[in-house]
Formats: sequence, structure tokens, C-alpha cells
Amino acid sequence: MWLRALPKHLLRLALTILLGGLLGATLVRFAPGFGVDERELDSRLSTQSIHVLRQSQASQRDILGYYRAYLQGLFRGDLGVSTSLGRPVARLFAERLPATLRNVAVGVAAGWLFGFFLALPMALSRRRSYEVATAGLSGMFLCLPAAVLGLGMVYAGGAAAMAIALVVFPRIFHYSRNILTHASERPHVLAAHARGLQPARIVVWHILPNAAPLLFALMGISVSIALGAAIPIEAICDYPGVGQLTWLAALNRDLPVLVNITLLIMIITLTANSVSDLLGQAVARQRI
Amino acid sequence: MTRCRLVVLAFSVSCGLLISSARAQSGGELRFSLKSEPKTFDPMLADDDSSETVRYLTTGYLIRLNRQTQQLQPELASSWKVSNGGQTISFELRKGVLFSDGTPFTVEDVAFTMRKLMDPNLHSPFADPFRSAAGDVKVTVKNPNAIVLQFPAPVANLEQLFDGVPILSANSSQNDTAGLGPFVVAEHKAGSYILLKRNTHYWKHDAEGRALPYLDSVRLDIQQNRDLEILRFRRGETQLINTIEADNYDRLAADMPAAVHDAGPSFDTEQMWFNQVAAAPIPDYKKAWFRSQNFRRAISQAINRADMSRIAFNGHARPAAGLLSPANQFWFNQNLRAEETDIPGALKRLAADGFHLDKDVLRDRDGHAVEFSVITNAGNKVRERLAVLMQDDLSKIGVHLNVVTLDFPSLIERISRSFNYEACLLGLVNVDLDPSTQMNVWLSSASNHQWNPEEKSPATAWEAEIDRLMRAQASTTDNRKRKEYFDQVQQIVADQAPFIYLVNKNALSAISPSVHNAAPVVLRPQTYWNIDSLYITSTTAGIRP
Amino acid sequence: MSRARLIAIVFLAITFSAVLLADFVAPAPYAKQFREVPNAAPSAEHLLGTDDLGRDSLSRLLYGSRVSLLLAPAAALLTTLIAACIGGLAGYLGGWFERAALAATDLSLSLPWLFLLLAVRALLPLNVSPIASVTITFALLGALGWSSSGRIICSGARSIRQSDFVLQAQALGISPHRLLLRQVLPNLKPVLAAQFWTSIPIFIIAEANLGILGLGVAEPLPSWGNLLRGLENWPEVKANPWKLAPILMLVAVVSCFQLVFQKREELAS
Repeated sequence: MWLRALPKHLLRLALTILLGGLLGATLVRFAPGFGVDERELDSRLSTQSIHVLRQSQASQRDILGYYRAYLQGLFRGDLGVSTSLGRPVARLFAERLPATLRNVAVGVAAGWLFGFFLALPMALSRRRSYEVATAGLSGMFLCLPAAVLGLGMVYAGGAAAMAIALVVFPRIFHYSRNILTHASERPHVLAAHARGLQPARIVVWHILPNAAPLLFALMGISVSIALGAAIPIEAICDYPGVGQLTWLAALNRDLPVLVNITLLIMIITLTANSVSDLLGQAVARQRI
Repeated sequence: MTRCRLVVLAFSVSCGLLISSARAQSGGELRFSLKSEPKTFDPMLADDDSSETVRYLTTGYLIRLNRQTQQLQPELASSWKVSNGGQTISFELRKGVLFSDGTPFTVEDVAFTMRKLMDPNLHSPFADPFRSAAGDVKVTVKNPNAIVLQFPAPVANLEQLFDGVPILSANSSQNDTAGLGPFVVAEHKAGSYILLKRNTHYWKHDAEGRALPYLDSVRLDIQQNRDLEILRFRRGETQLINTIEADNYDRLAADMPAAVHDAGPSFDTEQMWFNQVAAAPIPDYKKAWFRSQNFRRAISQAINRADMSRIAFNGHARPAAGLLSPANQFWFNQNLRAEETDIPGALKRLAADGFHLDKDVLRDRDGHAVEFSVITNAGNKVRERLAVLMQDDLSKIGVHLNVVTLDFPSLIERISRSFNYEACLLGLVNVDLDPSTQMNVWLSSASNHQWNPEEKSPATAWEAEIDRLMRAQASTTDNRKRKEYFDQVQQIVADQAPFIYLVNKNALSAISPSVHNAAPVVLRPQTYWNIDSLYITSTTAGIRP
Repeated sequence: MSRARLIAIVFLAITFSAVLLADFVAPAPYAKQFREVPNAAPSAEHLLGTDDLGRDSLSRLLYGSRVSLLLAPAAALLTTLIAACIGGLAGYLGGWFERAALAATDLSLSLPWLFLLLAVRALLPLNVSPIASVTITFALLGALGWSSSGRIICSGARSIRQSDFVLQAQALGISPHRLLLRQVLPNLKPVLAAQFWTSIPIFIIAEANLGILGLGVAEPLPSWGNLLRGLENWPEVKANPWKLAPILMLVAVVSCFQLVFQKREELAS
């Protein structure tokens, strides 16, 4: 049945991605400072040269025309050329994407490891001291800016992935804690406790299945959180990844790079969320 | 006998140490950071900081401005002569020079470079100053080592402009990358580093006849974060920091006093100006304020420049006297003095224009409270400090100043396209000594005439006078006369205050003690201007890294 | 009442009192520059030292808390309400509405909203008051920050929609509106609570990050966000540990809120 629905689902995803690219490009195009170049302030340049500079991005002003041309190029494998770095976007991605994907993957995994397993004991027992300690620890990391965490990692000789993990884990902890404690208060779980079932069995067979749809949804959005954290961390800490590229492109209103990054983020986000939706629905169906 | 041998051995080692500490050592890798990825490796188009660094290290020039003496010296040209009122320049080229790929350097390369430079489709900050009029450069080859260049019209400061013209190879198959500089680009990892290796065909030798550069390689790490740059310097991962902020300078000075250098006032200025564009979308009464000389001078008098130098720059700056820094020894008008803070004087000036204080609020003759905003670029902590200090200073004369920080593209759009701003606080980086390079600031028709760009005709008599004086100094080669004209420009600017100059910050840098022959200066590039003479030892004498 | 909760209540009471009465409690106006003592260490005159312009750090912390303590929770509440409406309705109704809402959520997660914020700043007059500017910034953050929890809430609402008690309630003829408000949303409280509590520090930090682009609180008005930006200079903080005061205050306030209100939720459920 899901195989029949798959083509429709994929078509919906593709349309969403294309719409996202257009909306992203529109936001960049109409943001203040689009089409300006720092070189206009160079007093060595003549007035004529400055006028030529101002005209150099004229082709990008017609956003629909630009996006149409971009899509045509995309289907040929041409992602355009960065206006700020003067290099093909495809090459920039090839150089930077593996590092960022690695950091994000490790960051999400480590964030889940810390956050989820810190929250799990609270599904079984509500020791006040443990609650206060874990809430304080996660609260501290929640209150620290991603850039500060990133810099701290650099000073400590740590990896960017760990900084991403420290950004992700407090959110995973707070959501997981609430989801698991709520699931643990269901009547059938209380009944299982009363019958003397082993705590591990209660968690695996009774708490987790109830909490699974929400946890899978949380898994999907944790990828977005990690991607969002990667930008300031890579920018501040000078890790040459897509996050740093995004920051530079935003500062320079580099439309070719930003359109591609929007599409990339959309693809990753939709994929992660689709997978988490499918898993959540599969678990829900099994329970029924 | 054993004791004798020990004495001899100790003596030999000491002599060795002395010799090695006096004689430059070849080898080693110098590392420092670039603030951003170079936008291009094309020497003709390199105009951002990072691209210019790579260009400086890999290309050769006919004439070089010695950054220490601020005098021109022969380089690839063994001699030159300017004639025809600055319209013609003749070069005698150095013999036996090779490009990095082994091809010989000839007059054809100079001709090729000049034709490329004068291509009207090339819009480059090195090319534009040569284009005093439309037309091509006439190239005459007198002999294999002599060339004459005749421009369509006299070019102000002609010889010094060649300090910015990299000579390209006309014949090399790798003509973009074959260079005449001390190093060549060997590796480039995007976003990470650029590795330059010694140019084995470099033409310079030291006094002992040894080939320069001494260094085997230079590694340029791409590092945007200033704090991380300091951290890596402390750890010994890099050996120099070309420009360092005052806060970081002091922190480093506390732990590594031998590594920091304050070369005194740089050529850079920090200044504020008011929007005087007639069509600007701001209220007319505000335009009237900003056009008033008394208003501008009063604002200038209310600002405490000494506090700015002390607090925003930790004392590593001094109050600015005008559009040039005193570091520009020849061109600076020695009669100018920085405006002293004078609150009563400021109020008196304002009263002359009908302003009055009404319960600590300054109002104009029509009763409007004097309130305006100043925009500056966000993320520059020092400039934000300057703006907040100014906000506090102006409150003493009843002016309410709103500090608005904007990201740079938004700011540029406001000051050059929409003119939707009231006042702007920015800095000017001066890379050249000669005032002709500022023509596009001072001419009223120019795009960088920031307070009122691209005027069809001068809006005021004093701007017309500045136009006349700037054109006059550009049309003569007599530097004495040029200085007279430009001194008058500086005086008019001080009187009229279209730019309110705040401070000249000092040229601060950091150089590891393991780097020798370094002589930090104020002209860019401050620390590695003589890179072909730098050499490295480890901090333990006699041991090569 | 547990001791921890009592301490939390007392701490919050003292903090809020000090913040609301900052005009009387603060040792100096937040904008006053003691120019002879920039970057001073704690002393009798300046209990938390001074900042780089000689402004009393304790005063700036108190006044900054006012801005952040009022606006960040308001923005967090806004984002939670939007997430509850969109995510709750989407999961409850299902079908095309759910698909459209999830697509909107995914779009919202991926788009570069930074440029919208820049555009809004460009539309505001330059002379807008700092309070107005920061209020608009927080309102925008609140309006844009719902997407991540919206998905989780949608997933939760979908599960609840398929559960027995809801099916029974529907069979009994209870209206969808009443069902949503009385059965579905209350069961999503844990997720909504997590969204609310995590949003407060996130928005405070987001305001700080937006300051790098010129959005956020304008000088001389302080906020926790712009005070937290000082933490990026680790060597400075290491040498002057009193500069950790804003982060410690933020952690303490957020943790105390959680301790107080979480207990109330437990009692209510």
C-alpha cells in the first residue's frame, strides 16, 4: 500500500523543494543590501567602474527569470557560480559538504546519546536530586550560544561535532524527558509496575512504544536543529564546511549559493522528517 | 688535555651560535592568517585583502614603494624617468630576470601587462588611476631592455602607481600563475589554507650573494575569528599577525611583550559624516541641520576624541586632525590640529544657527528636538564603542543620538543607493600615500563623495574649490606645488567638516621572536612587506625548525 | 513544598523584585559611563565591575533582565500557541490539511528567515526606539519559531486521534472543537511545556546573534542577549570570571521557573 503512495509522496516532496527554493531566492532577492558590492566603497575605482559593478548582478534582479534559468542549469548539473567567491557552487559543495554532513551526523547522534539517556531514568523514577541536576546541566547548555560552545570546543581541542552535540542535547533532553515521563504515567504502565515487571521490560515494551511517534518526530527535527547550529559554529570557529559557506553567502547576499543551500537544507529536512513520519506511523500501526 | 678539548669545544659552539644568530638561515615555513578566502588569484583583479596578500607575495613590480622609508625604489626596472608632464614614463629593465616557470622577463611582458591594464573592460582599482582620459597606452620598445609608455593624458603620481601593477607573463603557458615574486602558489585547500613555495627563479640575492627568499614556504591559513588567530599565535602555530585589535594587543603584550609591535599612527581614519543628499528621504529640517557648517562643527566639538582613543582603542590611537594621518609625513598638513572637546564652544556655534537648549534637549529655531541616527556596520566592536561614546558625548549638548548597527550590505545600500540614512560612521583604509588616489572621494562628481555623491555640479562653493584644487594637484608633477594645493584641501575639510574625523588608530601587529629581519611599519602590508628577507629560527638559538 | 522548590520561588521573587525595581535598586543608570574605570574588576562602587565603556555591569544586568524576562517568555508563549494550533489541528484533522501543514512546517524549517528579519529592519524607521525595535524582533522570532515543535505536536495529535478514548468520545457525539480542546491538547502538554521552556533561552540567544546583523537591542539599552555575546571572548572571561554573571543568572532563572512550574503541572495532572 505504501508503495502505491510513494510516487505521489515523492512528487509532493519535489514540489515542496522547488517551492522552497523559489521562496528562499525571493527572500534573498528582496532583502536589503542585495546586489551591492563592498568594492563600491573602494576610492581607487572610478565612477564608471562602480557603475559597472552595480550592473554586474542585474541579471539576478528578475527573480523568476533567474530561478527558471537556475533550474535549467540544475537539470544539467550546473549549480551556478558564487558571486562572492567566484567559484562554481558545485565545487564549493563538493569541498565542504562532507565535513558538514559528518559533523551534523555525529552531532545528532551524540546529542541523542546524551539527551535521551539522561532523560530515560526519569521515566522509571522521579528522584528529585537527579531531576534538579539534569535540568541544571541541560539548562546551562541551552543558555549558552552555539558560537560560545563552538569556541569552547576549539579552546579545548574538541571537534565541531561535539559543539553541535552540546547544542542538540539539551533540547532532546527536555522533550524526551517530558515525553517519556508522560508515557510512563499511563495507566497500563502503572499496572505493569504494580505487577512487578522488570523496569527494563516496562521501558522497552510499554513506555517506548507509546512515546515512539513523538520521539521519531523529535529525531526528524533534531537534524534541522543540528544543521541550524552548524552555521554559527562553523562560521565562528572557521571550520570550512557548508555552515561557514552559508554565513559568508548570507553576509554577501550571494544568491547562487543561498538558493542551492536552501534546496540542500530542504532535501535533508524533508528526508529526515519523511523517514521519521514513516517510522512513527509504522510503530503506531503495529500497536493498533 | 680533556679540559683543553672541552674549552675548545665550548668555544667552537659559541662561535657557531654567534655566527648563526648573525647570518640569516635559509629554510623553514612562515605561517600567518588571512581573514577570508581570496576571491581571486588573478593579480589584475585582486582587490580584497586576502587576494592582495597572495598577489603581493607572488608577483613582481617595476617600481616598489619601500614601506619603511616611504620612498620609491627600483625593482624589476633598474631605472625610470617620467617626462611630458607625467604623460610618459620610460623604463630600463633589469637583465637576467626569469619568471617562476623559467621563462625570461622581457619588455614584451611589460607591454602585455600595460595593454591588459588599460583594457576598458577591466575595472580594477590598480587600472582606474591610470585612466586620466579615454584612449590606449602607446607602447614603444626602444631596445630589448627599454620601454616607453605614453598615456593619453598626464597621470598624477604616475611612477608610484606602478607599485600596484603586477607584471604578467606574455609568453608563459601558465601566464596567470607564472610570477616574478618571491613565492608561487603551490597548494590551495578552499576554506582552509594556501601554501606558497619559494620561487627558485627569484631574481633577488642578499648582500652575500645568497638567493632570496630565505624561507622555503609561506602558509596562509584562512581564519576569520580574531580570537582564534591569537590563540594559534600563542601556541606557536602561526608566527605573525599583520593587524591586531587593541584589546588583543594588550592581552598578548601582557604575556608575550617581545612579540607585539605598535608602529604608531596608521594611515587609517575613523570618521562620521552627515547625509547631505538633496533627494534623501529624510525630513527637510534635518537636511538643513546637516548642511549647516556650524552644526557639523558643533557636533565635532562635542565629541571627546581623547576618550575615544583611550577607551575604544586602549590608548592605541590618537585624535585625528584631518583627512590624512600624521603618519603620511610628506602630505599631512602640519598646521592642522585635532579638534579639542569644547562643550560651551559647541553650544555657542549652535546658538549662532538658532539652536537652543530646552531642559537638556537641544531644539532648532522651529522647535524640533535635535535627534538623529548614526548607522555603522554591525559586528565591529570598536566602531560600536565609538558610536556609544559619541552618543554619550552628544547628550551633553542635548542631542539625542540613536545608534543603529546594520549588516554591511544593508549599510552600503543606504549610503550609496537609497540614501535613506542621516549620519554614518565608518572607517577609511588608506593604502596609498598620494592624495591623487583620493580623487574619487573629493571630487564632487565622484561616487565615493560620500556625503553627497555624484553631484552634477558642486552643491557649495567650498566643494567647488576642493574640485579646483584636486584637479590642480593632479595636473602637475611638482610635488611642492601639489602639496600646497592639497594642504588647502585639508584646511577646507577641517573648516567645513563634511567628514568629522575621529581618530587615527595605531598600526598594531604581532611577530614571533623566531622571525628575524622583521621591521613592522605603518604602510600595508605592515609585517611582511620585506618577506624575501625574513627568516625563521626556533626560540632556541642555533636550532633550525 | 520541597526545599528546592521553595528556594526557587524565593530566588525568582528576589530576581523579579530587583528587576522591576531596577530604577531604585541599580547602583547607577545603565547608560552612565564611568570613563575613568573601563573594564574594572568588582569593587565597592561596582559590585560586578564595569564593561568596556565603564558602565556598571550590575545595573546593566538588572535592566537587561527586564527586557529579556518580559519579552522572551512572551515570544515563547506566542510560538507555543502557534505550534499548538497548527500542529494540533494538523494531527487531529489529518488528510490534506495535515499534509499542507507539514509541508509548511518543513518549508519554515528550511527557509532563510534571516532575510525576512533584515527586510523588516529595513522597513522600520532608523529612529525607532530600542524597545520598539526589540519588541518587533522578539515578535518575529515568536512568529517564526513554531515549526520544530509543530511537527512533534502534529505527530502526538495524530497518535491521540487514533487512540481508544478519542474514538469513544467521538462515538458519544462530542464535538470536534471540544474534543480538541479537552482531550487532545491537554495530552500534548508535556511537548508544549518543553517547547515553551526551551524557547525562552533560545530566543534570548537568537536576539544576541541577530545583534551581529544589526537586529536586536540597540545601544545603550542592555539585554541578556548582548551581555551573553561577551562570552565569545573566552580569554577575557577566563581572566575576569565575574563576566559569567549574565549566563549564571539566565541558567538560574530558567531552571527555577522549570522547578516551580513543573511541579504545578505534576500536581495538576
